[in-house]
Amino acid sequence: MSTSWPLWEVFVRGKRGLNHVHVGSLHAPDAEMALRNARDVYTRRNEGVSIWVVPATEITASSPDEKDPFFAPAGDKVYRHPTFYAIPEDVPHL
Amino acid sequence: MADDLELRFERTVQSEARIEPRDWMPDGYRKTLIRQIAQHAHSEIIGMQPEGNWISRAPSLRRKAILLAKVQDEAGHGLYLYSATETLGADREDLTTKLIEGRQKYSSIFNYPTLTFADVGVIGWLVDGAAICNQVPLCRTSYGPYARAMIRICKEESFHQRQGYELLMTMMRGTQQQRDMVQDSVNRWWWPALMMFGPPDAESTNTEQSMAWRIKRDTNDELRQKFVNMSVPQAEALGVTFPDPELKWNEERGEYDFGQPDWDEFWQVVKGGGVCNEQRIAHRRKAHEDGAWVREAAAAHAAKHARKEGAA
Repeated sequence: MSTSWPLWEVFVRGKRGLNHVHVGSLHAPDAEMALRNARDVYTRRNEGVSIWVVPATEITASSPDEKDPFFAPAGDKVYRHPTFYAIPEDVPHL
Repeated sequence: MADDLELRFERTVQSEARIEPRDWMPDGYRKTLIRQIAQHAHSEIIGMQPEGNWISRAPSLRRKAILLAKVQDEAGHGLYLYSATETLGADREDLTTKLIEGRQKYSSIFNYPTLTFADVGVIGWLVDGAAICNQVPLCRTSYGPYARAMIRICKEESFHQRQGYELLMTMMRGTQQQRDMVQDSVNRWWWPALMMFGPPDAESTNTEQSMAWRIKRDTNDELRQKFVNMSVPQAEALGVTFPDPELKWNEERGEYDFGQPDWDEFWQVVKGGGVCNEQRIAHRRKAHEDGAWVREAAAAHAAKHARKEGAA
């Protein structure tokens, strides 16, 4: 059995009003240490005001190999974009 | 201690910074937000019904695909907003129960019926247009998760409004009967659209505190005026009129003067007396109850897999 520390994914909120954004990962023995390490690794220059750490094994991700078929349903629906609709230039505020 | 917390909260709000979920906040702020965001979420979900009414009867595959995409967006908007309420400690199941038991409200506009296909266009143009007027300032509301949900919603609403206006332009290029249908629809939706901004400022009980907390950024009357100013030139370009004899340009103010909606009708619909109130809630309740087996099956499936993984 491996004795290495588990991997944690790190999310930092740059300032109030912004989403937490994924910045990278690190190894730590528990959540508390992961937070402290994340602070030291990723926010040494005031990059954030809040940090989330999540065990990497708890993240379920879509597979990169499946990218095309997985996201294909949105590919052919150009009518979901406002630019699909031609509105004359002289109609204001639309 | 409590004073320190309150002071820090006030300072954060005053400095135009956002309050985030784990910050201390006054109980009233939390309650007001849950009530407002839930009402907003319910409006998106109930709002799927009036337009959903026309999906199976859309006049072309193009219009059907567009309408499906739009109604699908409304469902998504509801979900963004419900998840924002959960950051405040609200329970989604509880909110759904409150909606179908009539203990929480949704926008009264959705209690009006969609009688013709022109209503799909007018809802996109005027109802979504009014919603955009309401929602753009909410992108700067003081509660972070709500503001971020509004930013995503506003981006998507732009498609909603433009598809509506384009649909109406197409009908206006058609037969006289189609043009009459558009005008009739505009006549029916204009006043309810103006009511979407809520009662006049003098009668709006929540406005003052909500403005102080910067949850709300403009008053009902300010937003209503802005909406009228934006809509009139659009109506002229389209070739329709609004059913308001008092509507005219005021050179001095640089804005349009306009008449007041029938506020007795507004309160009557809010209190449950609209044409479709019962139908909307009954439909939502039925969809929720009919979906019970799906929720149960999904939970059973997840539990079975958890057992298998535990055994492996």
